Amino acid sequence: MRYVKYRMIKRKKHPPGMDQANDSGSFALYKEKHMDIGQEMEERLWDFIDGLSNPDEQVSIRQLISDDPAWQRRYNELLNVNKAMHLHELDAPSLRFTKNVMEQIARYHVAPATKKYINKNVIRGITAFFLVMLVGIILYFLGQIHWTATSTDLLVPQYSLDASKLNWGKALNGTSVNIFILVNVILGLILLDKYLQARKKARNRGETI
Amino acid sequence: MITTGLSDTEIISRVLRGEQTVFSLVVDRYQNYVFSLVIRFVGNREDAEEIAQDVFVKAYRSLADFRGESKFSTWLFTIARTTCISFLRKKKLGTQSLDNERTGIQLANRESGFRADMVEQKSRHAMLNEAIRMLSVDDSQVLTLFYKGEQTLEEIGRIMGLDQNNVKVKLHRARQRLRVKMEKYFRHEVREIQDD
Repeated sequence: MRYVKYRMIKRKKHPPGMDQANDSGSFALYKEKHMDIGQEMEERLWDFIDGLSNPDEQVSIRQLISDDPAWQRRYNELLNVNKAMHLHELDAPSLRFTKNVMEQIARYHVAPATKKYINKNVIRGITAFFLVMLVGIILYFLGQIHWTATSTDLLVPQYSLDASKLNWGKALNGTSVNIFILVNVILGLILLDKYLQARKKARNRGETI
Repeated sequence: MITTGLSDTEIISRVLRGEQTVFSLVVDRYQNYVFSLVIRFVGNREDAEEIAQDVFVKAYRSLADFRGESKFSTWLFTIARTTCISFLRKKKLGTQSLDNERTGIQLANRESGFRADMVEQKSRHAMLNEAIRMLSVDDSQVLTLFYKGEQTLEEIGRIMGLDQNNVKVKLHRARQRLRVKMEKYFRHEVREIQDD
């Protein structure tokens, strides 16, 4: 008799449909499966309440709510939360709030739109200029390589550039080259300044749209 | 949202034409929304009021940058959120994760308060507000934006810098957590709502 009672208690601990002989691993799986089902049910119901589910899904959910007591119970629970959220009131600041804001605003003017003082064409122009410069330098260095082919090494270029033999003085001492470099440096600084100003402004404004 | 009177776009264009006083209509219209969002972040009225004012001043100064690609409210709530984040960073409260629930101590203090008789003394709406405050900042923000701010999932995504699907998941979870809190602490109020 005592054994039968024990068996009955033990059986109660397991959900219906599960063999009592199942180990804890299978029970965890069973529990997880039921949790997933519960979560899925909740997600489908929320979509239904929010009006996000498609017409077919709506029909199916309506059917489930009317036929299945578990679905009906959960639907009513969620509906209560939804109702409560719609009824809930927002916090209100002090009565002087608008006045305070308007007093602060009186000291300022609307700042000009960022678009107006950061001309994209100027930035594009500077970028293109630097790209052309970069390509020019690369081409110059490629010009220093002696492309010779031997019978054993047909496609490998013989790189015979010796940096020490390059006439840097001639390349860098010309007045035109110096002006060219100076202009580049100034343009680079302008670009950097524009970029930093835009970043600072965006950070101060704290907006992302 | 209030729909009577001038639309947001009309107000903005008038302000941009130099009618500064018209901006008060925007402040009147959105102050409760902005204040509610901010108070969820900072937790106290004094700071919230100061930050909310700052949000409107920033919005005014950057008004020319509002390109109308989103709703004005979405743009304004984005400024509110980023201002709050900056404020928390400055105050070095950044240790409180925006994704996680509020710290145990804060929550415990609040929860102990609810267990007391004051539960009966407070109004139903105040109770719901308290339940929302017991949630994490992100949870309470997503709920406020969705239910009170009338923002779509996509717009909430813009404000919070999240993908629309992530917002949907966050909203589900926030409501789930809110339901648990309500069941635990405000069962009586929930029944009242049900009976209405």
